[in-house]
Amino acid sequence: MRTENQKAWFFVLPVLALVAFNALVPMMTVVNYSVQETFGNNQFFWEGLGWFEQILRSDRFQAALGRQFLFTFLILLIEVPLGIIVALSMPRKGLWVPVCLVLMALPMLIPWNVVGSMWNIFTLPKIGLMGYFLNDVLGINYDMTQQPLSAWITIVVMDVWHWTSLVVLLCYAGLVSIPDAYYQAAKIDGASPWSVFRYIQLPKMKTVLTIAVLLRFMDSFNIYTEPFVLTGGGPGNSTTLLSIDLVKIALGQFDLGPAAAMSLIYFAITLLVSWVFYTLMTKDDAQ
Amino acid sequence: MAQIKLSNLRHSYMPAPKGPEDYALKEIDVTWRDGGAYALLGPSGCGKSTLLNIISGLLTPSEGQILFDGQDVTALPPDQRNIAQVFQFPVIYDTMTVGENLAFPLKNRGVDPATIKRRVDEIAEMLDVTDMLSTRASGLSPDNKQKISMGRGLVRDDVNAVMFDEPLTVIDPHLKWKLRSKLKELHQRVQATMIYVTHDQTEALTFADEVVVMQEGEVVQIGTPVELFERPQHTFVGHFIGSPGMNVLPCEAKGDRAVFEGHEVMLEGPTHGDGGRTDLGIRPEYVGFGDTGIPAHVTKVSDIGRHYVVSAMVGNTALKAVTEHEVPEPGSEVFLQFKPEQSRVYRDGWIATEERAQ
Repeated sequence: MRTENQKAWFFVLPVLALVAFNALVPMMTVVNYSVQETFGNNQFFWEGLGWFEQILRSDRFQAALGRQFLFTFLILLIEVPLGIIVALSMPRKGLWVPVCLVLMALPMLIPWNVVGSMWNIFTLPKIGLMGYFLNDVLGINYDMTQQPLSAWITIVVMDVWHWTSLVVLLCYAGLVSIPDAYYQAAKIDGASPWSVFRYIQLPKMKTVLTIAVLLRFMDSFNIYTEPFVLTGGGPGNSTTLLSIDLVKIALGQFDLGPAAAMSLIYFAITLLVSWVFYTLMTKDDAQ
Repeated sequence: MAQIKLSNLRHSYMPAPKGPEDYALKEIDVTWRDGGAYALLGPSGCGKSTLLNIISGLLTPSEGQILFDGQDVTALPPDQRNIAQVFQFPVIYDTMTVGENLAFPLKNRGVDPATIKRRVDEIAEMLDVTDMLSTRASGLSPDNKQKISMGRGLVRDDVNAVMFDEPLTVIDPHLKWKLRSKLKELHQRVQATMIYVTHDQTEALTFADEVVVMQEGEVVQIGTPVELFERPQHTFVGHFIGSPGMNVLPCEAKGDRAVFEGHEVMLEGPTHGDGGRTDLGIRPEYVGFGDTGIPAHVTKVSDIGRHYVVSAMVGNTALKAVTEHEVPEPGSEVFLQFKPEQSRVYRDGWIATEERAQ
């Protein structure tokens, strides 16, 4: 019995080798950098956990981390309920289904830097359609290149535009898998529309919703391209999210040690929060 | 509880049905008495689920009326008809406990908590689920889930009817008969009008006082299980009910006799009508062996436990006979005897002999 099971390892080996080369080995070089100091010439000096301590204590890192959490929190707060609402209002059968699905999928098909450029042009005051409309037609003082609030609203709206579809499509998949009998039974049981949502639709969407929240958390927590193209982290540092800050340190200042330490901290936080999310959301099933 | 009357009911899923073939349900006119147990029996796609959904209000019929105790409910939505329905796949609310599941229909109707508790306890006791009341319903086995769905239907004491849409399809065979007898017992206890849809003749015949046999959207016969077996009104009923089904043998009708493969067969009574395709219908149970009669060649004998099924050829026509003893050898030549009072002629499928006055 036991010897038979060992065979499985042979099938895992190729994957293990592949993962080693594209993830583990690069990761170990990062670990290597994170505990050393280099002045070029391939000369390294042992630094221990110094970089980690420096990063964790720095105001700059804490501020970027705070902004990162705020951004992720905001987009989850908007995208998840909005995604559910859109999914609920989509038709379940008929000609409009493919039309809706394609429309929903479109934003996700656009490359991230293109999304950033699009929204940049769209929201520029005077030139951009939205910028012009808000300032010159509605008279709202909006300028994402100058005002932190405008910049924040823009990156949040951009992400909602780009990624709500993902939540919608996942929820929709959950919804269409609910057999008609459930709705019919609810009708006969005299359930209100809220009860139908609370006791039938939401529980059936739970698994896909867990996936949606996890994916959106990870993606938004690691977001780089779109805000970088849109605001470049500005005005000032107001939209400098963790990844943007990391790239500034690593490639702008070429501080490889601190950048490596920061990457590892960043990775650990992402992993930890994902794990907490997953544990919380699947807690009920284990019972 | 209520008497249910379906008056000139027709239904088509098409917006503008033209001929009868466009109707999923053709002209139905029946009355079901208060407190009865009825079964709708027929193969898949015969319209029985359509009929059930019309009664429960999930579908509005194209034509005709549904009356509960003489009151027209055709236009009422399901929750106002006061009916309960159990579906093919058990419907339970995953996030609720068994008790909350049972209480749900009452809670939605604003029943006071004391009454809810009393009713839930009563129903749980009837279904033997009292010890599960506080467990989460999502982890239950399919048969228990189906019990809970039934319980949600029975928990309201004012239901006009409880409907079952092939409720045992997903249940394991060894639990099927257990649940079936539970149902029968429940029917006796709550005295509700129950309508049971199935394609399984055993389920229909054991559950119902009266069975409605349907084929292609049409009611072919309504009768007690005995009537359906003894005197099928249509070759379809003869074939669908019984195992093996009735022999349907091409023949010519001549007064109170039928000529089948050149042999004369006495019928239960004189035939009426003319033209159309004529068949001789006789159940295998009423085909006997003797020293004289219709010569036949035995092709196969199957032992199916309580009795033997003998397949034989008369000329070019195959037929089956059921016997408990005097089993002929395969390959042997025998003489078959048809019981006259169980031999009938069917014209284009419908019965065309008169029952002999007794």
